[in-house]
Amino acid sequence: MTTPTTTIEQLASREYKEGFYTDVEMETVPKGLNEDIIRLISAKKKEPDWLLEWRLKAYRHWLTMEEPRWWPNLTIGPIDYQDIIYYAAPKPRKALGSLDELDPEVRRTFEKLGISLEEQKRLAGVAVDAVFDSVSVATTFKEELARHGIIFCAFSEAVRDHPDLVRKYLGSVVPYNDNFFAALNSAVFSDGSFCYIPKGVRCPMELSTYFRINARETGQFERTLIICEEDAYVSYLEGCTAPMRDEHQLHAAVVELIAVGRNSHIKYSTVQNWYPGDKEGRGGIYNFVTKRGVCRGEGSKISWTQVETGSAITWKYPSVILQGDNSVGEFYSVALTKNRQQADTGTKMIHLGRNTRSTIVSKGISAGQGQNTYRGLVKIMKGAANSRNYSQCDSLLIGNRCGAHTFPYIEVRNSTSQVEHEASTSRIGEDQIFYCKQRGLSTEDAVNLIVNGFCKQVFLNLPMEFAVEAQKLLGVSLEGSVG
Amino acid sequence: MLKIINLHARVEDKEILRGLDLEIRAGEVHAIMGPNGSGKSTLAGVLAGKPLYEVTQGEVLYNGKNLLEMDPEERAREGIFLAFQYPVEIPGVSNTYFLRAALNAIRKARGEEELDPVAFLQLVRSKMRILHMDEELLKRPVNEGFSGGEKKRNEIFQMAVLEPMLCILDETDSGLDIDALRTVADGVNALRSPERGFLVITHYQRLLNYIVPDFVHILYDGRIVKSGGKELALELEEKGYGWIEREARQTVGASAAGA
Repeated sequence: MTTPTTTIEQLASREYKEGFYTDVEMETVPKGLNEDIIRLISAKKKEPDWLLEWRLKAYRHWLTMEEPRWWPNLTIGPIDYQDIIYYAAPKPRKALGSLDELDPEVRRTFEKLGISLEEQKRLAGVAVDAVFDSVSVATTFKEELARHGIIFCAFSEAVRDHPDLVRKYLGSVVPYNDNFFAALNSAVFSDGSFCYIPKGVRCPMELSTYFRINARETGQFERTLIICEEDAYVSYLEGCTAPMRDEHQLHAAVVELIAVGRNSHIKYSTVQNWYPGDKEGRGGIYNFVTKRGVCRGEGSKISWTQVETGSAITWKYPSVILQGDNSVGEFYSVALTKNRQQADTGTKMIHLGRNTRSTIVSKGISAGQGQNTYRGLVKIMKGAANSRNYSQCDSLLIGNRCGAHTFPYIEVRNSTSQVEHEASTSRIGEDQIFYCKQRGLSTEDAVNLIVNGFCKQVFLNLPMEFAVEAQKLLGVSLEGSVG
Repeated sequence: MLKIINLHARVEDKEILRGLDLEIRAGEVHAIMGPNGSGKSTLAGVLAGKPLYEVTQGEVLYNGKNLLEMDPEERAREGIFLAFQYPVEIPGVSNTYFLRAALNAIRKARGEEELDPVAFLQLVRSKMRILHMDEELLKRPVNEGFSGGEKKRNEIFQMAVLEPMLCILDETDSGLDIDALRTVADGVNALRSPERGFLVITHYQRLLNYIVPDFVHILYDGRIVKSGGKELALELEEKGYGWIEREARQTVGASAAGA
């Protein structure tokens, strides 16, 4: 007979349903990284000179940088940056003008993932930009959004059609020399999404990007830029998956959010389900991402919500610079690590303006031999009078071989500010499971119920359809052979 | 409906039940009394399938089936309900959500249709009146921040909603003031019916003034040493457990002499 502990641990392992590979004819650049590769990528995208120059500047800077000295709690194998293909795209059958010209295999891939690219079949109220390896293959509802003056398109399209906006904001929040991976991304970034919400417009639907890594030996280096003008609002979602492979693949993205105007509001939600690797820790995505937003406008607001269940290693700190007076930053996070997954995630809230407020709610769940770390910084500068922060970091342990760590950093240079921090660590109790079972629930349902209850505060901040997805994802992530 | 034959059970290396026999027929209310450490909660735990306990000998038949081979959730779905002595908190999960999940799991196992939220709410409201429950309690997370009395009342409320066949109450009266005790007893009495059996475990006679049992058993040292009608509880209250201890020792002595 298995003990309850092992039953719970078995629940923590399951098949990765999104782990299939699609055989499509690909166009790739040679392996490795040098200036020629960057010129080639830029040429493929028919980019203007200024952007190529920017890439090269980033690359030259990257060469002078050292790979980050990893936090002592992360174990990471060496990455050979010359052994990665930096650009891979499905070969277009004709010019990719409309959806009809999309390779049916690629379309099927997204359908299999539950992402239909035909507008009439989509969930009402969600527009999708689908990114396959290094390129955006389709964007839905573009015309309808354009009627509101909203720009939602692939990054490379924005470079072509809205160069002034891109040039003005690219690198304005995450400069090309920000950190090792941001510099690498700036040098080689391929596609991603671009959103612009003009003054006074409340975006009538959720905007979303679905990132799919498919090709072998590639990395994905996308870049997303969201700009929100005065009194404008947008809710943006991203989802990501990749095939199962024994080798690690690198995903180093940069996301920049700019809440430019007064009372502008950007809500950014992520459900990250990259391939996590197998039970022994073979394969899986290295997810090293720089995400940062700036609240420039008075009373503007940026809200990050993330559900991180995938990747072998997750290293990301979606942050907010609270520049405008009365601006608000929020970070809601659920990170699940199981088997040998490692997550080191958290946020930075930098308070510059007066009466700025930030809220941090982080829920870490560790199962198997997973290691889960919250690392956060709350920095209150001299001018940020009457600013406030509330942080809450809770960890839930499933089984007895996993780990949870919390590193909150707090720097306050203003005596009128208030900072609160609460933290807790608990274990899913066998008594909780037994209680549920005595009421007729299976062990699986009991664990799901308890985990979902633990994450509730975060799920409440996800858009409805996504909250359901996230709950299911957490459910299947913990699913396994019972008994 | 329930037949326990020569039941032996232990926790780790400590034997707690040492040959317990008991039969409960539908419609009957049995009270189990006994001093601390006599095995009362162990009996409740073994019947519900708590993993902590290991059955080393004996059998338990529930409606003719071998209960000990069933998983705890199977037992619950077959109609066994345990009102916990220490109800467990489940943060973030509302009482309503929890109870609906439980009810639907049980209904599904019985091949019945799941209740939608509207039908469920109607059912719940009717049961709440019996237990004088505040609707606010439904929205709150399961047992989180509940007072001792609220937790116990919530257990009986769950029992009322799930409508089990065999209800086991493990010291539901402990920690209750007299008003709460009465409310809980009313809830239990409302559920009494010719199809339903009750096993009421208690330390004190007090509860049995409100839930009047058909049979009273005294558990001592892992065995039932004395059984009788409701008057046995009164006798026990008067004479104290010391009386039972002495009697038990004599019985053990007599059987030893006889052997």
